[in-house]
Amino acid sequence: MNVLIYLLPMALGLGLAGLFGFMWALKSGQYNDVDGAALRVLSDDDLPK
Amino acid sequence: MSAMTEAIDLSLYAKPESAGTLGMDVAVEGISCGACISRIEGAVKSLPGVTEARVNYTNRRLHVAWSDALTEPSRIFQALADNGYRGHPFVALRAEQEEAAEARHLTRCLAVAGFAAMNIMLLSVSVWSGNVTDITPETRDFFHWASALIALPAAAYAGRPFFSSAFAALRARTLNMNVPISLGVILALSMSVVETANHAEHAYYDSAIMLLFFLLVGRTLDHAMRRRTRAVAGNLAALRAETAHRFKGDELVNVPAAALKAGDRVLVRPGERVPADGEVVGGSSEIDDSLITGETARRKVANGATVYAGSLNYSGALTMRVTAAGGSSLLDDIERLLEKAASAKSRTRRLADRASAIYAPVVHTTALLTFAGWYLYGAPVHDAIITAIAVLIITCPCALALAIPAVQVVASGALFRRGIILNSGDAIERLAEADTVIFDKTGTLTLPEPRVVNAAAIDPALAQQAARLALSSRHPLAMALAREATSRVPFDGAVEEPGQGVRATIDGVEARLGSASFCGAPLQREGEAGISHIYFSCAGQHTTFAIAQRLRSDAIETVQALRDLGLDLHILSGDRDAAVRPVAEALGVPQWRGGLNPAEKIAVIDSLKAQGRRVLMVGDGLNDAPSLAAAHVSLSPISAADVTQAQADAVFLGERLGPVNDAVVIARRARRLMMQNLWLAALYNLIAVPVAIAGLVTPLIAALAMSGSSVLVTLNALRAANKSKTFPEGDPS
Repeated sequence: MNVLIYLLPMALGLGLAGLFGFMWALKSGQYNDVDGAALRVLSDDDLPK
Repeated sequence: MSAMTEAIDLSLYAKPESAGTLGMDVAVEGISCGACISRIEGAVKSLPGVTEARVNYTNRRLHVAWSDALTEPSRIFQALADNGYRGHPFVALRAEQEEAAEARHLTRCLAVAGFAAMNIMLLSVSVWSGNVTDITPETRDFFHWASALIALPAAAYAGRPFFSSAFAALRARTLNMNVPISLGVILALSMSVVETANHAEHAYYDSAIMLLFFLLVGRTLDHAMRRRTRAVAGNLAALRAETAHRFKGDELVNVPAAALKAGDRVLVRPGERVPADGEVVGGSSEIDDSLITGETARRKVANGATVYAGSLNYSGALTMRVTAAGGSSLLDDIERLLEKAASAKSRTRRLADRASAIYAPVVHTTALLTFAGWYLYGAPVHDAIITAIAVLIITCPCALALAIPAVQVVASGALFRRGIILNSGDAIERLAEADTVIFDKTGTLTLPEPRVVNAAAIDPALAQQAARLALSSRHPLAMALAREATSRVPFDGAVEEPGQGVRATIDGVEARLGSASFCGAPLQREGEAGISHIYFSCAGQHTTFAIAQRLRSDAIETVQALRDLGLDLHILSGDRDAAVRPVAEALGVPQWRGGLNPAEKIAVIDSLKAQGRRVLMVGDGLNDAPSLAAAHVSLSPISAADVTQAQADAVFLGERLGPVNDAVVIARRARRLMMQNLWLAALYNLIAVPVAIAGLVTPLIAALAMSGSSVLVTLNALRAANKSKTFPEGDPS
């Protein structure tokens, strides 16, 4: 069961990374316009003309 | 379009942003598809000096920032107008900003609780399956300590919304739903730590964190729904915000009506609404006070006359001086009545509060009795405490706390889709209780603006021509006619002769629209009260359009549907009896009264209340504001005066009256589901509590029972959105 000594912290670390990723996305305003983000992906105005 | 050439004073809206730029939010009308995003951003960004333009599609707003290079910020609105959108400067209300901050806080709490719940369940499932196979006590302790390491900080963070509310309630010496929740979570966690230290088989970290997670899901959803309706309401307020033409010396400057101060001199052109209360100092005109008093006959005003914000100016340009708010006797009256009505209104207790007022003491007493019972029966103190705490955990009102909010979320979503925006959270419960409906007439049963009433007698092609010509006039009668136009493009070279009418050459023939003398038409006898005529002549042919208040298109069906629901209907109007009678007869409402002032309306409501009736008041005029406050629950159309809308429990959009029926139907169904949910939660407790008192609850049973009842209650709540029995959904915008 010694394997748990490093497996458990690793699992927790990965989970925490996901949590902080979500917090960062929330803070940087990525959830402010949920409907718009779905539509912006379809527009081509970022392509060089 | 003369208003466009005047400078718009944006100093009230633009706020300094980084590095010498100014920023502003704009509520945009007309955003309907994804392509609008790039079209708007492209148009605004192409203005010199604009540094940022970003559309928020979710709440239909544009954020724009510009530097000094943009000399005329009002060009932003011109750019929007050129692309077919209407923009209105927008300032977020403090309430909306606070709610946004609270929503972010709730979402962060939810994320932490979700993370903790997943990881702890992972460990707990291992322990549960280990307990029936071959887990060693050392490994179990290790898993329990790891759970504690996750659960304690997570609960400290994610539980704050509950802890702070419970603490506030306790300090006020009351109990709310958050008290048993907080107590349950804290006790479960502390007992688990003690048990872990004693190498026990069971720990309750998972129950505590799952409880927090489920409750946070409910609250976050509830909040998201409220924010969405609030954003729409904020946009509508911005779209409605009137601008005023203020004299700056001899020059005219367009300012938002909210920026007017006492003593300002303001010009009100024909066809515009009076932007503030004041006194006429120049010009004479007829004004329509129907939004203020419900009276549809127009009033002549000249020098020295008092005018109220919201009145519509008909015939001539008026110069007025703004007087301080509350300076007029009418507004003072209404203010005083409002205060009285608000203080007399007994605060109806919400269903959730009533349930928790019964629930919390019962739970706490049961837990105490369990402890006393086991202790007297001879069990060791330790076991008695553990059983008592297990009772607290298993009765923790997970389902109960979801029972009502979940229904409210679903019901307010259903109302929102039908164009009804709730102002207060408990309005649904009070709407369901209503047994009497009182309608105002002007602007509520009838459309807020007058319409053509003799369209059937006129050749459609001719009517279309007249309506298109009317597009070029600002006169209220012409604007009423213009609403019939299918094409929104005015005729080229149409000229408006102030006070006379408008003329244009169509296919080589001159057409005129306006007064009888202007068109050379024979004057119509002013027949029935409330009907005005506008004349159209083209190629020697004369046509007369009759313009009058018209019933909302579905008023008759809606009134019938409400009667079928068993509601008692009344009409109380500030308008003359002669104007009210035909409406009451058309709708088949025998109980009607006209010529009432605000105090008399309240007297009628009070006498109904004295008979034990629950009154739903539907009204729009300023004169209705006190009655809306006095009624058990109230609705007003979006065209209502601002003071009135602020009093209403809900506001409905659009030209139909149907939302009144929808609101009652949805609210009644929601209340039925709330009661069902409360009974479901009670039933769950009835089964679970004896098991807990007997000391048979393991963490596995607690987790299953809690999630099971929560899911059941939530699924039942989804039925509140059921589509049957209401009219077809309309477009809320």
